[in-house]
Amino acid sequence: MGRVATAATTDREAHIQVRGLTMAYGEVVIQRDLNFAIGRGDVFIIMGGSGCGKSTLLRHLIGLKPPAAGEVIYHGSSLWDHTDEERDSLMRRMGVLYQSGALWTSMTLAENVALPLQQYTRLPTGQIRELVSYKLALVGLRGFEDYYPAEISGGMQKRAGLARAMALDPELLFFDEPSAGLDPVSARRLDDLILELNQSLGTTVVVVTHELASIFAIGNNSVFLDPESKTMIAAGDPNTLLKTSTDPRVISFLTRGEAAQRTHREEGR
Amino acid sequence: MQPSLTITYPSGESALLTLEGDWTLDQMRLEWSGFQLELAARASLHRVRLECAQLGQWDSRLLTLLQALFDFAEERGIELDLSGLPEGVVRLLKLSRAVPERTGNPHQEATGSLLHNIGEMTLAGWRELQQFNAFVGELLLSFGRLLSGRASFRRIDLLRFLQSAGPEALPIVTLIGLLVGAVLAFVGAVQLQMFGAEIYVANLVGLGSVREMGAMMTAIIMAGRTGSAYAAQLGTMQVNDEIDALKTFGISVIDFLVLPRTLALLLMLPLLTLWADVLGILGGLLVGVLVLDISLLEYLIQTRDSMGLWDLAVGLIKSVIFALVIAMSGCLRGLQSGRNSSAVGNATTSATVTAILLIVIWDAITTILFNQLGI
Repeated sequence: MGRVATAATTDREAHIQVRGLTMAYGEVVIQRDLNFAIGRGDVFIIMGGSGCGKSTLLRHLIGLKPPAAGEVIYHGSSLWDHTDEERDSLMRRMGVLYQSGALWTSMTLAENVALPLQQYTRLPTGQIRELVSYKLALVGLRGFEDYYPAEISGGMQKRAGLARAMALDPELLFFDEPSAGLDPVSARRLDDLILELNQSLGTTVVVVTHELASIFAIGNNSVFLDPESKTMIAAGDPNTLLKTSTDPRVISFLTRGEAAQRTHREEGR
Repeated sequence: MQPSLTITYPSGESALLTLEGDWTLDQMRLEWSGFQLELAARASLHRVRLECAQLGQWDSRLLTLLQALFDFAEERGIELDLSGLPEGVVRLLKLSRAVPERTGNPHQEATGSLLHNIGEMTLAGWRELQQFNAFVGELLLSFGRLLSGRASFRRIDLLRFLQSAGPEALPIVTLIGLLVGAVLAFVGAVQLQMFGAEIYVANLVGLGSVREMGAMMTAIIMAGRTGSAYAAQLGTMQVNDEIDALKTFGISVIDFLVLPRTLALLLMLPLLTLWADVLGILGGLLVGVLVLDISLLEYLIQTRDSMGLWDLAVGLIKSVIFALVIAMSGCLRGLQSGRNSSAVGNATTSATVTAILLIVIWDAITTILFNQLGI
């Protein structure tokens, strides 16, 4: 399975490499021995059933949690071997959209998007304001600059979170369940936006999701985590996986269990 | 109609359970355990058939009974014949048994021996100490960055915290300061009147307020008012992933969140303490003049003569220590908070308790220290 993952990315430079990663909370192992690579310009999907450790894997990839074993490699060396300054500068080049949006609730939307710009650029205030308006407009929130996060809907908070994640034009974007809590049309719009960012700016995108429609629409590489065996059981382009995978757990997931149900029903007759 | 369950035995190794009546939650409850005992007594039992021809209405009451029967049958390897049950019941039962039971309770308390518990507590205490040390170290580094102008937080945040830790706390500090001064005066007057030395109420109230009560009462009010607010703010940010969002932007949580809050208290608590000192003396003066019939001028002169600048400084030094204690316990507990609403409540409580405890301990230490040094 490791071979499948590398085969899918050998022709591209690896943006992130994961080697022998084991994730644990205390003594409870969530996933063990993960090996895969995320290529530059990939739309990489982390998928698997509920509670298999998808979000935990994301937290490891962005350096919020140190691995129990193994390493997450950026630019040839492990995230935790970089000095603090190097890690900060790596983090500055990634944007993260959290499941809840995670906007800073004591600031307006404009202040939320502006904060990273104020921290890391020496741009004059007027230019920052223009940039903020542009980012908010990009996610369909033109005119919401002075609203506080509590004053807008959950879907809007999520989009504002995306505007903030894109503030510094990151080369790497992470999404934790982007379509959770969104209506189908908004979810679709978000997918389109993700693809657009990926294609026009070459942004590498990593998405945690179990939304099948999104997986097939945007993903061109993936890893499949299994909660039972506590490791990855498939990797590669999800569309290819659907056609070629022989693992019943993967097929059942990618077909909403319908393939399994079909055989079940036939057996029943 | 009342529900009923009768068991008959067509042969030695099979049983027939006949369900009759309405099996709904508003009907009388039939205990399954009694029937289970009866079935369990027959060791040769291999088949159980259910018969429901006279079954009336049914709901989850019936299903819970059947669930228990299923568990029992599974455990004993008894074959169940469900053909007599209504089709809906069978479908619901199948659905509830489609996923196998999860074994192993994650929240089972490790009920170990006394030694085991002591060990666990020691380890937890050690971790706590390490976290506290790390926090103090990071805060020191952050102050260093502040002095070299590299600490980044929003000026507007600092102003907001100054506002809420200063002017907004004035009314309650005023009230408490006045009352504590008055109470000190009353308590002292009762004793001093016995010697006809009422005038020394001014000394007692003056020194008591300036050296002790002003700083301590203000600090306790601020621990309950502002320290708990800090814990709640940071705890909620933790629940909402806002802290993680800061980290992923490479923004230092200590610089951005803890530093402005600590600065605000460091600046405001000494000022509030001064204010409380003045009001404590005023409270004593009111009692002295109105109740004890001491003349206003006499009281003021006595107060002035009783204390030096050093006494004021002692109170202010304490208030600086208290400000650090309050801000640090509030922020640390907030940052340590778990990711649910009750964890934020716990963080708030523990911030206040920690702060008040440390305030009293530090007050005792400094008082003894100053006393020994003769200041």
